Amino acid sequence: MPNFHAKVQVSLRTSVLDPAGEATKSAAAKLGIKGLTKLRIGKAIDIEIEASDVQEATAQLELLSDRLLANPVIEDWNLELSPANSSSIT
Amino acid sequence: MTIGIVVFPGSNCDRDVYWATKGCLGLSSRFLWHESTDLDGLDAIVLPGGFSYGDYLRCGAIARFAPVLSSLIEFVKNGGKVLGICNGFQILTELGLLPGALTRNKNLHFICDTVPLLVSSKRTKWFESFKFGKELYLPIAHGEGRYQCSVDVLNKLEEEDSIALRYANNPNGSINDIAGITNKEGNVLGMMPHPERACDKELGGIDGINILQALLAK
Repeated sequence: MPNFHAKVQVSLRTSVLDPAGEATKSAAAKLGIKGLTKLRIGKAIDIEIEASDVQEATAQLELLSDRLLANPVIEDWNLELSPANSSSIT
Repeated sequence: MTIGIVVFPGSNCDRDVYWATKGCLGLSSRFLWHESTDLDGLDAIVLPGGFSYGDYLRCGAIARFAPVLSSLIEFVKNGGKVLGICNGFQILTELGLLPGALTRNKNLHFICDTVPLLVSSKRTKWFESFKFGKELYLPIAHGEGRYQCSVDVLNKLEEEDSIALRYANNPNGSINDIAGITNKEGNVLGMMPHPERACDKELGGIDGINILQALLAK
């Protein structure tokens, strides 16, 4: 069965305050970083999955992202899927 | 009439709840292991505070899949009373039994304090004995207690009179000072403050007593 590699990026919705991002942004200024206008912290989840085809892998991972990895009340998610050992196809 | 207190791996207020309901109030209580699905003989369930399953991923996100919670949904449909305290409140939102979500405190601090609260709705048994405008004091202890929801959900909560409890001096940035909400039917209450830590005069306050007594009130 083909093996797929996926990366799910979970980020707080833009309407939700990200205090950790704000604190990091303020530390960045102390480091002397100039021009930062946005810094928001999310999660990146690396996944490998066996599935019969891209459609099946996508369906499984969309369910996983929407029902477990992210809480859609406060978070958005983005899925990148590629056959293992190749570059992204989405 | 018996209260079931769920014990998840990582729960740390389960024994506090038992001490309060059984020890201080004399209410029949027993622990309920998270793998159990048998809720027979129980009239109310408490999801206690703590860090269920390490709170990995998000607070309450893993606990949502505990076997005991699959039975809980049916229990709630049948009118059973459920109280989620702190981590228990987070689990109830992840489970979808209550709307919204709880996220990182605005000031990033883990806040451990006793705070003034105001009862915002008396339509349910939980708070019917309280007086509007009179502050009650309950301990809070959380890093992720900032209640968040969409404007639509907030309007719905207001319309249904489901905002039960508000902070008098919002400590964590919760939308509309929300500290606790109920479902429309009123049998599910989620709150960040800890009523079980305010049931014994020796420990500083007894404002939590009426809330816990409501677990078995007819």
